[in-house]
Amino acid sequence: MSLSRTLAIFVRQLFLLKSNPTRLVSIFLWLIIDIIQWGFISKYLGSLGQATFGYVTVALGAIILWEFMGRIENGIMMAFLEDVWSQNLINFFASPLKVREYLGGLILTSITTGLAAFLAMVAVAGAAFGYHVLRIGFLLLPFMLILLLFGIAMGIFVSALIFRLGPSAEWLGWPIPLVLSIFAGVYYPVSTLPATLQTCAKLIPPAYVFETCRAVLAHGTLPVDFAWNLLAGALLSLAYLVATSLLFVGVYRKNLESGTIARFNAEAL
Amino acid sequence: MTHGTILSITGLTKQYDSFRAVDNISFSVDEGEIVGLLGPNGAGKTTTINMILGILKPTGGSIKVLGKKLEKRRSEISNKINFAAVYAHVPANLSVRQNLYVFALLYGITSVRQRIGALMQEFDLEHFADTKAGLLSSGEMSRLNLAKALMNSPRLLLLDEPTASLDPSISRLVREKIKEYAAKTRAGILWTSHNMNEIEAVCDRVLFLSHGTILLSGDPKTLPAAHGKEDLEELFIAVAREPVSLKE
Repeated sequence: MSLSRTLAIFVRQLFLLKSNPTRLVSIFLWLIIDIIQWGFISKYLGSLGQATFGYVTVALGAIILWEFMGRIENGIMMAFLEDVWSQNLINFFASPLKVREYLGGLILTSITTGLAAFLAMVAVAGAAFGYHVLRIGFLLLPFMLILLLFGIAMGIFVSALIFRLGPSAEWLGWPIPLVLSIFAGVYYPVSTLPATLQTCAKLIPPAYVFETCRAVLAHGTLPVDFAWNLLAGALLSLAYLVATSLLFVGVYRKNLESGTIARFNAEAL
Repeated sequence: MTHGTILSITGLTKQYDSFRAVDNISFSVDEGEIVGLLGPNGAGKTTTINMILGILKPTGGSIKVLGKKLEKRRSEISNKINFAAVYAHVPANLSVRQNLYVFALLYGITSVRQRIGALMQEFDLEHFADTKAGLLSSGEMSRLNLAKALMNSPRLLLLDEPTASLDPSISRLVREKIKEYAAKTRAGILWTSHNMNEIEAVCDRVLFLSHGTILLSGDPKTLPAAHGKEDLEELFIAVAREPVSLKE
C-alpha cells in the first residue's frame, strides 16, 4: 500500500474543495440548517409537558451524531462521483494505483470533511441552543467511532453500486441514511418499532449507539447492556466495512473483465 | 544498438460473450522502437491498448512488460507505463499544476516540484499553470496530456490517437516531442492513429489490425508496395474494405 498514491486521491479532492466554494458550502449548509431546525423543534417539545430530561440534549445530540454518520457516507460517495463526473477512472486505474489505495483516499477525504462538518454542527448547536457535545462524556468517542466505521461502510456500499450500475445509480446514495434512520432509533427508542423491525434494528450498528446514548442521558448512568452494545455495534460496523470493501473490489474486478472502467459513462451493464 | 524487448504480447485475446474483439494476437515492441497499431474503427486497437494498460482483463494470452507478467505485477509494471488517449483527458476541473501534482504522487515521483516545473517548461505550459484544464484549447490540452504521460519517464508509452483533432502545427509538435522522447530514452512506443502520413513519418514498424487479428505487419515505407498499393492510406482502405484479400 503506497501512502503517496492514497494521498494523491485525497489531495485531488482537497484541490476540488479549494477551487470551488460551492463544494465547501455543500458540506456545511444542509447540516447547519438541520441543526437550527431541530434545535427549535427540540426547544418547543421541551417546553411541553413535564419532561424529566433535556429535549435539546437528546434530540440535537442524536441529530448531530446521525448527520455525522451521513456526512461520512456522503463524503465517500461524493468523492467517488467527482471521478465519475470528470471521467477520471481510466487515468487513475491505468496508473500504479491499487483499488485499496483508491478506497483509502476516498476514506481519508470523507473523514476530513465529516469531522469538519461535525465540529461545525457542534459549534452551531452550542452557540444557538446551549448544546454541550460532551454531555454524555468521553463515551461519545467510541460511539462516534462506530458511526464513523458504519458511515464509511455505507459510503463504500453506495460507491460500489454506482461503480457497478453506472452514473445513473447516483440517486441510490441519497435515501440510504433516511431508510436506515427508521431502524437505527435516532429519533425514538427501538422499542417503538414493531417486533419485525426491531429484529432488523439489531443488524444496524447505529441502533446500539443511539439506544445507549439515550439511556445515558435519560438515567444519568451507564445501562447494564452498555458493554454489549459497544461490542455489538463495533463488530457489526467492522463486518459491514469488510463486506462492502470486498464488494467494491469485486465490482472493480468485474469491471476489469467487462471493460467498464475504460467506458464507464456508457453504462454498459 | 541493442534491441531489448519492452513489450511482449503472446496470444492475446478478448472475448465479450459471442464477440471476439481481439483474437489471439502476438507482437512485441523493442527498445527505442515506435510501433503503429493501425486498423479501421472497431478493429481492436483500443481494446488492445486497454489490456496493456491493465484496465481491461484479457480472456487469454499474456502481456509482459520488461519481462514481467502484467497480470501478476500490475501496479509495479504500471509505474513503467503511461499513456495519452483522445478519450482520456485529465480532469477538467483541476488546474494544469494541480493535475500534474496529483499524477506525480500517483506515479511516486520523488522531486515533485522540479519534475512538474520541467514538464511545464518542456510542453510550454508555464503560462497555464493555474488555468483549469477544461479551459485549455485542444492543443494545450494535448500538451498537458502528453506532459502527464511523460510524468514517470515511462519505458513503454501508449498513445491512442494522440494528435486527433489537432491542427497540423500542433500535431507536428506533438510528433516531434514523442520521437525525441523515444530517441533520448530508448522507450518503446505503441501508437494508434488514422493519419497515415503521421504513421509513415513516425513509426519504425506498423501492425494492421482487422476484426481483432493482425492482418499485416512491416515497415510503413515498404509495406504498401509489397501489397501492390501506392501508399499507406490505400493499404489502410484495403484492410478496412477487403481484409480477406490481404491476409499474410
